[in-house]
Amino acid sequence: MDTGAASEPSTRRADERLSAVGPLRRLLVKPELGALVGAVAVFTFFAVQSDVFRSARGVANWLDPASTLGIMAVAVALLMIGGHFDLSAGVMTGTTALTVAIVAGEFEQNIWVAIAVSLVVALLLGFFNGWLVTRTGLPSFIITLGTFLMLQGLNLGLTKYLTGTVTAGGLASAPGFSSAEWVFASRMTILGAEVRVAVLWWVLFTALATWVLLRTRFGNWVFATGGDEVAARNVGVPARRTTITLFMTTATAAWFVGTTLAVRLTSVQANTGTGQELIYIVAAVIGGCLLTGGFGSAIGASLGALIFGMTQLGIPYLRWDADWFYFFLGAMLLLAVLANRLVRRYAEAARR
Amino acid sequence: MTPPPAGAPLLELRDVGKDYGSVIALDGISTTVRAGEVTCVLGDNGAGKSTLIKILAGVHRADRGQLLLDGQPADFGSPREALDAGIATVYQDLAMIPLMAIWRNFFLGAEPTRGRGPFRRFDAARAKEVTRRELAAMGIDIRDPDQPVGTLSGGERQSVAIARAVHFGARVLILDEPTSALGVKQAGVVLRYVAQARDRGVGVVLITHNPHHAHPVGDRFLVLNRGRSLGSFAKADVSRDELTRLMAGGAELDQLTHELERPPT
Repeated sequence: MDTGAASEPSTRRADERLSAVGPLRRLLVKPELGALVGAVAVFTFFAVQSDVFRSARGVANWLDPASTLGIMAVAVALLMIGGHFDLSAGVMTGTTALTVAIVAGEFEQNIWVAIAVSLVVALLLGFFNGWLVTRTGLPSFIITLGTFLMLQGLNLGLTKYLTGTVTAGGLASAPGFSSAEWVFASRMTILGAEVRVAVLWWVLFTALATWVLLRTRFGNWVFATGGDEVAARNVGVPARRTTITLFMTTATAAWFVGTTLAVRLTSVQANTGTGQELIYIVAAVIGGCLLTGGFGSAIGASLGALIFGMTQLGIPYLRWDADWFYFFLGAMLLLAVLANRLVRRYAEAARR
Repeated sequence: MTPPPAGAPLLELRDVGKDYGSVIALDGISTTVRAGEVTCVLGDNGAGKSTLIKILAGVHRADRGQLLLDGQPADFGSPREALDAGIATVYQDLAMIPLMAIWRNFFLGAEPTRGRGPFRRFDAARAKEVTRRELAAMGIDIRDPDQPVGTLSGGERQSVAIARAVHFGARVLILDEPTSALGVKQAGVVLRYVAQARDRGVGVVLITHNPHHAHPVGDRFLVLNRGRSLGSFAKADVSRDELTRLMAGGAELDQLTHELERPPT
């Protein structure tokens, strides 16, 4: 075949058409690039000014808030790539933590039974969210806002009803607690610093989510469902099943984080997790997820969570007022959204 | 016209008709689609082209007449059944996701996998390789299968959609107005890919309202007007100007020309 000779002029033609796309722009299209640059910049900023921040103990300290947030941000990022929001994700960490605490503490069951019950509750909630969204076609924003408020009420109401207070506790004396502690809340020493096991789980979940997203059929369906649901369905993608699975994944992440909180603290406040849902979305957006769906990355969301953790602890390390934290976070978010807009423009530049 | 003795046509329509309530959308439509030939369906807006596609693609059932696939009566209850019979339709909206890479779009909904159980994964290397090969076989040179479909021009996107349909075993390829939104140059590119698909033995149904696009590539022309057939012609029997006249309703065009001409002073 003479494809070599034949393709030569047409290659040049393609090059000519695409000449505007330099290597820099192609790199920009990687969703996690912005978050990586941001994470390096934030680290440098704090590390230069504070030697506590860059010490092994300091690193372990800011990895801790990043880890639980990161596990949620990764799941929320998958959901956002699939084209949906879950505002109930934050309060669901409270619901699952309370379920563990009440079943093990109040009803004095084995803690693993409590954890299993909590998982079932989470999966049902996730299914409910996903089913309602796919059934009605209403924006997931409004549906999960509804479940968010309902769960917030239930968390308080049921906890007060069952325990008489706004706290559920007594986990430490539940049977099986030490094994649960080993899985969810153990610590290990790395380079002389004590690191919580949640950091390991976070890395593991990020890797798993990245693999699923980029290297499985399901991942392809997630991108397609978020990118254009009708087109995806026309070529045979089970868009509905994909959406429901994503909501159940978010709920499962909430279960994992909720259980971690419950086992760490051994008692759970009824308002746990409320208000966190927006932080998850912020981390996912800083990580390159488009609000309109169809684009983003799990690694990016994890980097977003890392930026959050570094900023949250970096500011007190510099002895600044903690109020500056939210200003900083907001600025990062705006920067990220502006950068993401460029990506979308690039990808849709040459329509027709 | 007597059909050549090369066996039954891939697809044949005999007196097909379709009503929407009291509206007769199509009536008495007959034509043939042969392997390695292009059958053009021409008609102005509202002529019934869309209804005809929907019958061929399995979206609607015909109310009258017969649909023959390989000489056997066929009846498609759903788009899936038509697709399984090898009839692929490329709609105007193309069913592609702009933000996704070309190779991801190419295999969307039919991803090749490797491994088993929880380790079953999307065989990305093979998908990229097949995408590149299939596009090259159609004469489409995409430098980088990783680039998002949204960065392609309209013509290139049409071409990828055509290549996709051909790869997934289409014997009959229905193209719904593939050139309507394109510039002259882009339209030419797409028509070249239509010819490529034809040369690979696919029977193509090209729906268009542009006789200038249809005539060079078509082997057979079915002209529709207000749901009825104005005839099914072989290329030898009809010129481009005749097609244009037929489409516009013949005498109506003469009348229009007459009206628009400057009055003699």
